[in-house]
Amino acid sequence: MKINPKKCVACGNCTYVCPMGAIYIDPVIKRATVNSAECVECYACYNGMSQEKLNPVMVRTMRKVFQLLRLRFDPEPDVCPTSAFEPDTLVWPRIVRRAFSDPRVPHESTGIEGRGTEEVKTNDVSGRVVVGEVGFTIEFGRPGVGVWFRDIQKACWTLAKAGVSFEKKNPITSLMTDVSAGTINAEVMGEKLMSAIIEIKVAVERTEEIVRLVWAIEKEIDTVVVLGVGTRCDEKGEDTVVAPILERLGYKLHRAKTNTGLGRITNTTKEKSNEPVPAGAPK
Amino acid sequence: MTNTLHRTGDADSFKDDYIVFAIASRGKNDEGALEKLQKFLRMAIPFSPVNLGDARNGGSLRPSKDMGPSAHWNRDISPDFEAVVEGFTHITTAAAVFDNRVAAEDFFKAVKEADMGLSVNISTSVDGAEQCCHHAGVPRHSVGYSLGFEGKTELLPNSHVLLLSTMCGHGMVANSLAKKMIDWVKEGRRTPEEAASYLQRFCSCGVYNPSRAKRILEDARGTTK
Repeated sequence: MKINPKKCVACGNCTYVCPMGAIYIDPVIKRATVNSAECVECYACYNGMSQEKLNPVMVRTMRKVFQLLRLRFDPEPDVCPTSAFEPDTLVWPRIVRRAFSDPRVPHESTGIEGRGTEEVKTNDVSGRVVVGEVGFTIEFGRPGVGVWFRDIQKACWTLAKAGVSFEKKNPITSLMTDVSAGTINAEVMGEKLMSAIIEIKVAVERTEEIVRLVWAIEKEIDTVVVLGVGTRCDEKGEDTVVAPILERLGYKLHRAKTNTGLGRITNTTKEKSNEPVPAGAPK
Repeated sequence: MTNTLHRTGDADSFKDDYIVFAIASRGKNDEGALEKLQKFLRMAIPFSPVNLGDARNGGSLRPSKDMGPSAHWNRDISPDFEAVVEGFTHITTAAAVFDNRVAAEDFFKAVKEADMGLSVNISTSVDGAEQCCHHAGVPRHSVGYSLGFEGKTELLPNSHVLLLSTMCGHGMVANSLAKKMIDWVKEGRRTPEEAASYLQRFCSCGVYNPSRAKRILEDARGTTK
């Protein structure tokens, strides 16, 4: 993302809306500027701000007059008055920043917007997590911290060594050149993302082991982590297996996403192959 | 998309936060899903949602790409639910957000009776979702727990900011904007309702709960935690 200096009036509104804090008013040119190393191409500025098409010269003059008189105009805080944002043409590998950060862009590997994962949301039709299994979503970087692929790589290697199976229909897995070793395409290591989710599945007996493994990973990486733990309920709709393990580990289970089981397979045509997408540059 | 799962707060703070969403699975139940998802959204309107969401196109309050100058004085912050339904053009997640359990329960019961074959999830407190399922006579199929934020938590802001920003799980609501809105409410520059509307516009899938945001902003006015 870039900001056209000919249009920008340095109102500063955009400096607050960037989730990564990557926009600032450059003291030399006196225009809003994007720190491209920290920008994750989430497009929150471009898509989230309302836009006016005011004349930049007029706005700058008005701002100077107000400033001189120590007056404060109190405009709407979510507006770019001159439509100064201009998306860059993104190429590989930087394009992965947008794929993982802009929720409006579906991931090629799963076809799902957002972070590109289905977790237990479709478990009633996918059967992804069955009785006796636990699905983990290990998300890095949110809220508002971000994550570098090199940190995700550390986590994947650690998890692979523990013999977990990575979810095939997952954007991180689709970037792996060696799924069994958890190795991600080296070309993306210098890319920063808003957040990314590793999805794994293990036998329920390994729940505590995986949680402790994630605790160890957290000490090795420079970001925040949030764990989602998905499980299949029994025929009465109860979970008497996983919740007690998590509570024993000290977690308070305040919030959950509950799949109500209303889904069923309704397609009349056969599903296409579910094999992982080959790693490499997105086509 | 764990866009609704990891909202911060204890169970009581979700008393006004119920998200019921429908999703189709590629290759399983996506044939004819567009019409069903539209129907899902339309069915929600009589139950007085506080937001409706289309994961690709946004919620019931969206940014304007051609805002007129007069909007600085008389901006419309009323939700446009019909626009969400009519603009739902791709198969993606459809969400309805409610600020009370009764509405969520009744809507979910109606969805169950409509029997569309889509996966339907409820994102709220563990107990809140259980009660919705009980009301509709449906046993829970699966549950995905949020275990909360860990790791380098020293990089996170204060709890009121987090309560506001994590209502967009995709991170589109910046912590700095949430902090600014708290400050503006404190200064009396905007009402909590107006401040919530600014935050809501950044949520690109329409699951932001403006009613809960308003309550949090009111709470933060006196003492920011």
